[in-house]
Amino acid sequence: MESIGGDATSIIRELETLRAAKADIERKISVLESNLKKTSIEGNGSCSQSLAENPTAINGLLSPAQIYRYSRHLLLPAMGVRGQSNLVKSSVLVIGTGGLGSPAALYLAACGIGRLGLVDHDIVELNNLHRQIIHTEGYIGQPKVKSAAAACRAINSTIEIVEHQEALQAANALDIMSKYDIVVDATDNAPSRYMISDCCTVLGKPLVSGAAIGFEGQLTVYHHKGGPCYRCLFPTPPPTTACQRCADSGVLGVVPGVIGCLQALEAIKIASGVGEPLSGRMLLLDALSSRIRIVKIRGRSLNCEACGDNPVFNRDLFQNFDYEEFTQSPIFTSTKPKLALLPGSARISCREYQERCSKGEAHVLVDVRPEHHFKICALPGAMNIPLSTLERRLPELCSSLKAGRNNTGSPKSLYVICRRGNDSQRAVQHLHNAGFSEAKDIVGGLESWALDVDPEFPTY
Amino acid sequence: MLLPPLISQTERHQIVGIRVFFAMDGVNREANNREKIDETEIDSKSSVEIRVLFFARARDLTGVADMPLEVPTGSTTQDCMEKIFSQFPSLKDIGGCIVLALNEEYVVDSAIVRNRDELAIIPPISGG
Repeated sequence: MESIGGDATSIIRELETLRAAKADIERKISVLESNLKKTSIEGNGSCSQSLAENPTAINGLLSPAQIYRYSRHLLLPAMGVRGQSNLVKSSVLVIGTGGLGSPAALYLAACGIGRLGLVDHDIVELNNLHRQIIHTEGYIGQPKVKSAAAACRAINSTIEIVEHQEALQAANALDIMSKYDIVVDATDNAPSRYMISDCCTVLGKPLVSGAAIGFEGQLTVYHHKGGPCYRCLFPTPPPTTACQRCADSGVLGVVPGVIGCLQALEAIKIASGVGEPLSGRMLLLDALSSRIRIVKIRGRSLNCEACGDNPVFNRDLFQNFDYEEFTQSPIFTSTKPKLALLPGSARISCREYQERCSKGEAHVLVDVRPEHHFKICALPGAMNIPLSTLERRLPELCSSLKAGRNNTGSPKSLYVICRRGNDSQRAVQHLHNAGFSEAKDIVGGLESWALDVDPEFPTY
Repeated sequence: MLLPPLISQTERHQIVGIRVFFAMDGVNREANNREKIDETEIDSKSSVEIRVLFFARARDLTGVADMPLEVPTGSTTQDCMEKIFSQFPSLKDIGGCIVLALNEEYVVDSAIVRNRDELAIIPPISGG
């Protein structure tokens, strides 16, 4: 078994290496192809040159290649040459190339947006791929922006794609966003949403905002032709507990996919000047019941701090505004502060716990994650008491601690674990208060267990 | 040259008649409603039933997607919210950060709810 396992690992490793090399070659090919196209246009025969530089020869707005590529758009009377040429002349910035940004960027590239900007500081991870369909296995470990840009170039090498491989922050947002006509918010956190909305009001840009979590999605267009901004609707940020992330709450992959597609649609409508953008209205997608509702939302608030009649936000204030402080939540998950509720004496490391186990120490291990987390994976012998049920299940814990004690005589130890090591501290604090003074927290939770003790232990 | 009228005189009268009928029907219905309200007031059960829809975090906190809510006639959306908060105290945490829509339209706290209205509680989603 051991050797087969070892073989499989080396095969997987080789596959990964080959895939990465393949992706790299594909990227080089697409860059070369696009360079070749540019050189042939610049220095080649007079016919293609005249058409490229002077497309007016055909219809005044589009080149023959553009007419062919976008012909199905041109056949729409409402879109026509005018609408398509508006798209070709416009620029859109997609902030975030995750679940929402993936389909949004692909459709915007495909439809011929003249300049498409992509912002993301993250790298591609395996657990992104179930929803972030712009990325492929070959790009795991590489910057998302690089991967997304390659996918967009593969679809449309004739548009300009700008890679902003950095985190969008108040300090650089004005500079980046000012270079585009329309902004698509495809981020995953509350501070970024306020920051992007404020920046759009300062710069006077329309904002296509999408969001998704679980089985639900939301979509609206902010700050467009006198419509409201994000702050008009939500002047006070939600409490930290209400800010859910896909990494904590989960998301059905196709839900951000649907919303991301609709974001592309709204951006295309604004850019082409076709139709009626979703301004002053909010679309709510309920994937479980297959319901889409569109509710009329409030108009622009005259008292809005960002877009009201006497706004306090200007370039200076914006650049110095602390959005993480304002929303009490981090822009990046990596900066999420680790709780430190307990004294060192009430905590042990994963390695130490493993040592105690191997010495045969009699103990009870309580896993305080929700039941559906526990079903994903758990340490052997762990007893699942979700944090929310801890109080009423204390008697059960009491009897587990007493059970089999006669054999050894000494009292059993009590350890508490969770996914990342925050809830387990809360649980231990609660247990101490309830008289279980022996309770100890396993630092860093199952994530640390997988990192420090058992690399084969599943992470999620 | 005069074009023939698109509808005949009799038809016109009929249409007017129908309009009158509808108008009267409206009055009658209103009168009926008033009678019903009066009746229920006598029974001291003067109330309306609305449907409350919960979205996103509000759905997690309440554990339901929608529910009926009975409130006294003349109650405002704010009255409704207070009743909902008393039923689900954990909702208060996000009370300051929700969009309320009555029958799919933005609504102010002082709007009076009517029988069979739909009140949607929409907290923002930030995930993606």
